[in-house]
Amino acid sequence: MKKRQLESLLQDVEPFSRPKMDLEQYPTDPHLAASVLFTIQSSFGDIEDRNVLDLGAGCGILSIGCVLMGAGSVTSVEIDNDAISDLVDNISGYDMDDISIVQADVTHLPFRSGRLFDTVIMNPPFGTKNNEGIDIEFIEAAL
Amino acid sequence: MKLLTHNMMKSHCKGVINGFPLKLTHSQIETKEIEFNPDFINRIISRLEWSALVEVANQLGVGEGLPEMLPESQQIDDEDTLKAIHHALLEVDVIEGELECPETAKATSWDRQVSDMRLNED
Repeated sequence: MKKRQLESLLQDVEPFSRPKMDLEQYPTDPHLAASVLFTIQSSFGDIEDRNVLDLGAGCGILSIGCVLMGAGSVTSVEIDNDAISDLVDNISGYDMDDISIVQADVTHLPFRSGRLFDTVIMNPPFGTKNNEGIDIEFIEAAL
Repeated sequence: MKLLTHNMMKSHCKGVINGFPLKLTHSQIETKEIEFNPDFINRIISRLEWSALVEVANQLGVGEGLPEMLPESQQIDDEDTLKAIHHALLEVDVIEGELECPETAKATSWDRQVSDMRLNED
């Protein structure tokens, strides 16, 4: 799949219906999402056939993008009910069955220990809204 | 919830020592057709808690064809076996049910394909 194709396919991902400032919810734009995912796959081969974890999935553009790029399985972690509603709607808009949604706090992930996932992707909150250090927490959770 | 996800999740109750695997109760399943990817299946089986998968798959009646134990090499060549694993892991969708913590017996239910695993502080 070409990057432009991916970007165009991702145009249909609906953004947050009820964005929350304190969770720093903003949609990742399709151009950026396509660039990031394309680079991950073409430079590192880290999406196709891989077990992918999307931390802070939001509306799901990165998760959906991974499925479009041939991921073996995608697990999306998101804490907010409204975002999850958007995520579920977006996934069904793409008619996908390969994404598993887990509602959880990224700093308290409900997974057993061990290297369960091949690749962790995220566009995390940056800590600009009274939650400094949250971006580091996301990274630590990923590791 | 796919059984692949079930195999990775542990209890969200605070302070629990051994929260895996979660007990599945009152469950209803649906099966979907998912594209078979033998490379992915072979990669993932070494990451699984195999006995937990076999146990829950048998409980749900979808464990046919799953070997009791994985071979030493943790690689499977037989395509029928790979397909049985693919089916159990990815094609079975538990659409309704309860996940019970093995230690505290606290249950979390889910709907709309979402497993709610936010930290339980009680």
